[in-house]
Amino acid sequence: MIEISHVNKWYSPTFQVLTDCTTSVTKGEVVVVCGPSGSGKSTLIKCVNALEPFQEGDISVDGTKVNDPKTDLPKLRSRVGMVFQHFELFPHLKIIDNLCLAQQKVLGRSSDKAVAKGMQLLDRVGLKEQAQKFPAQLSGGQQQRVAIARALAMDPIVMLFDEPTSALDPEMVSEVLDVMVDLAHEGMTMMVVTHEMGFARKVANRVIFMDRGEIVEDAAKEDFFGKPRSDRAQKFLSKILSH
Amino acid sequence: MFGNLDFDVIRRALPYLFFEGMTFTVTLTTLAGLGGLIFGTAIALMRLSGFKVLGRIAGIYVDFMRSLPLVLVIFWFYFLVPYIGQWVTGASRPISVGAFASSLITFIMFEAAYFSEIMRAGIQSISRGQPAAANALGLTYAQTMRYVVLPQAFRNMLPVLLTQTIVLFQDTSLVYVLSIPDFLGAASKVAQRDGRLVEMYLFAAVVYFTISCVASFGVRRLQARIAIIR
Repeated sequence: MIEISHVNKWYSPTFQVLTDCTTSVTKGEVVVVCGPSGSGKSTLIKCVNALEPFQEGDISVDGTKVNDPKTDLPKLRSRVGMVFQHFELFPHLKIIDNLCLAQQKVLGRSSDKAVAKGMQLLDRVGLKEQAQKFPAQLSGGQQQRVAIARALAMDPIVMLFDEPTSALDPEMVSEVLDVMVDLAHEGMTMMVVTHEMGFARKVANRVIFMDRGEIVEDAAKEDFFGKPRSDRAQKFLSKILSH
Repeated sequence: MFGNLDFDVIRRALPYLFFEGMTFTVTLTTLAGLGGLIFGTAIALMRLSGFKVLGRIAGIYVDFMRSLPLVLVIFWFYFLVPYIGQWVTGASRPISVGAFASSLITFIMFEAAYFSEIMRAGIQSISRGQPAAANALGLTYAQTMRYVVLPQAFRNMLPVLLTQTIVLFQDTSLVYVLSIPDFLGAASKVAQRDGRLVEMYLFAAVVYFTISCVASFGVRRLQARIAIIR
């Protein structure tokens, strides 16, 4: 589904953020990307739907090359759902309109169809009653669930999550993770940048560990948590799992 | 000096002052404000577009307009446009452009420079995550601007835009150099005709002051309401 091969990215000629990153996500797979902050994991996931450009290498999604200038990026992105750390709901639009905007303007769905789909997804994330409110009236956890519903409204073939729980108060983390676990169980293809190792243990098929722009470890979940091969991954795990 | 003032001259001139003069002033303010906002937004988008050439052109335009006194622009534009029109269309005589059309175009061009700076600040006040989220949903650049960025930028900047419009309302009085009967022009005509300069200019000042003050007060209240919503 997602093929990432030998991706290199520089912010400036002397500052390389991604170094020779190669990995893939197959259909139905849940891949968790973790690593210390500044390791390039968010940058890598943003390269997948071309929100960040990269200078070398190739990324393709469902056979379409992301870095090909001829690629119709809006069309490709409309099939790739993305959830951001800071939710990024549109504050000037009601919740239901947040869900309908792209359905109508990108997919060309009628207003009735878009609203029906939107309400169905809001119901699914438990926020049907909030449809007529504005984003600022919702808690962080609720906003992030709306953001997930907004991405799902486009019927994506794959979902990208960029630290979806990092900006949340601790008591709101689980309500968001619950939605993501459900999604994983339904067979959604997911690439998730997160520090939530509990989530990784529960639903991930594979775990990628990044450090200083490199993919240091790319292993099945059991292998990663059982016995990480690299020192750096071992150190990282012992630090975040020690409490 | 104030002993023999005749304020009845104002009462007698009221229909002319308001139906002719103020109507013109308000029409010019509204149309120039709207036009300035539209072109100003376009200029702001050019400056932020990332295309260096477009950005430079827009930047030069804004700097140029802001470096000239408005009254000179009005004056020169009125006398130059007929010749520019002749040159562009290749006509044998200078194109005749009415005083209203000429002043409207001048004000739109002039206000566009100021509105563009306001809209630029407004667009830059939107966090980069917003267009990223819109792009991630598959919206094109134009759709992202139209549905996500500009509505928010406009809302954030509404008080500043309205304040600039109040300044514009006062600035429209400069069309008197073209002898157009806007509100001040109308008052001035009556003043000259009846020899009642003090009364008429005093009255004109009071009217401009009152309208601008009330409008400013309205903007402040609006600002407070917007602040609560956010």
